[in-house]
Amino acid sequence: MSSVTSNIFRLFRGDASPSPAALAAQPAVSERIPRRSSGFAEFARAIAGRDSLCVLDLGPTSPANITHLTGLGHRSYNEDVLLASFDSSLAMTSPEGKPTLNAQKFLADNLAYERELFDAVLLWDMPDYLHESLVKPVVERLHYVMKPGGVLLAFFHTRDAGPDAPFYRYHIAPKDGLSLQPVWKPMDGLANGRRTPMFRLQRVFNNRHIENLFRDFGSLKFFLARDNVREVLVVR
Amino acid sequence: MDPVKNDNYRPEMAHIGKSVLVKGELSGSEDLYLDGEVEGSIELRGHSLIIGPHGRVRANIHARDIVVHGKVEGNVRGTDRVELKKSAILMGDISTQRILIEDGAYFKGGIETQKGDAKADGAKPEAKAASASTSSSSASPAVASYSSQGASASTATAHASSPTAQNVHPSLLEKKY
Repeated sequence: MSSVTSNIFRLFRGDASPSPAALAAQPAVSERIPRRSSGFAEFARAIAGRDSLCVLDLGPTSPANITHLTGLGHRSYNEDVLLASFDSSLAMTSPEGKPTLNAQKFLADNLAYERELFDAVLLWDMPDYLHESLVKPVVERLHYVMKPGGVLLAFFHTRDAGPDAPFYRYHIAPKDGLSLQPVWKPMDGLANGRRTPMFRLQRVFNNRHIENLFRDFGSLKFFLARDNVREVLVVR
Repeated sequence: MDPVKNDNYRPEMAHIGKSVLVKGELSGSEDLYLDGEVEGSIELRGHSLIIGPHGRVRANIHARDIVVHGKVEGNVRGTDRVELKKSAILMGDISTQRILIEDGAYFKGGIETQKGDAKADGAKPEAKAASASTSSSSASPAVASYSSQGASASTATAHASSPTAQNVHPSLLEKKY
């Protein structure tokens, strides 16, 4: 099995017969928080009434999302890009001597789809957490694999979110809403018992950064939510 | 370790234990519980396949119902249903009428749901011993079929190498101490 799946085991599964220590090493997953999302509602409207679309979900595997999309008659693709970025074989040193990730290798193993395959992409807030060396290459690859006119939904934390903002799994909920599931690092026996997000926020994009990130796309529409998250619907 | 006890598992199912490795084309005409390792392809049209928690499959799979507890790398076609349990890891595309995924399962690939495929494989035939043909030739892939007689494998590693036989000899799949 590939090293990516090895990382999956280390991060989430432990052994086939997990010891208590291995079980404790599994991420703590909390209850879900309902959330209205204007951006997702707009995304849903954009794909409504159309059959057999190809939709790419780039978050962790969500049964709710798969059920929703396949129930609409669409072909649902799932790829947890953030988790894949932790593949240890990607680590390398830049010419300047800084630790970085091999974007070329990453894209050889991930998001390896044919040109203009997808009608819609759910990026969620992955760019906020992804290693810096992968952000632009991933967005460029998404431009390549999306059809002209395709829609992409992305979430970006605002500065007010803070570095310890919870990391959420996003699940599609009824009536074009979402439910958020915080994912915490395993309790590692620290005396203070403080929970830390499974992944740490890496950066905060402002509007100009977002426009620059998607400069090759056709249009952007911003929605500002109350929970320090900026929602963006991008059209290829 | 006992097979996963759930609504899908039945004692009369053919059983490939966790120490068994099969390379080649695995086919049969009955339900199968697979807890070992398979490289190649799995064809169980009209029947059920359960991949146990120790199962590691690097093959394309075609069966009526497919339940995954272990790991699969390959495309999966369940004409009626595909189910990923919370311990499942599947990397490949899924084609099925119904998809059930437990929270915790890892999936990478595409899912396409289709209607009406269940009829294509017809009604489930009576369980019968599958004919087995095995070949040691390196030019053609080894083909391993199995029967419910002596199909429980424990600690032997099985590589198909014996001449063609009507039924798989129990010694290929089971090692007695």
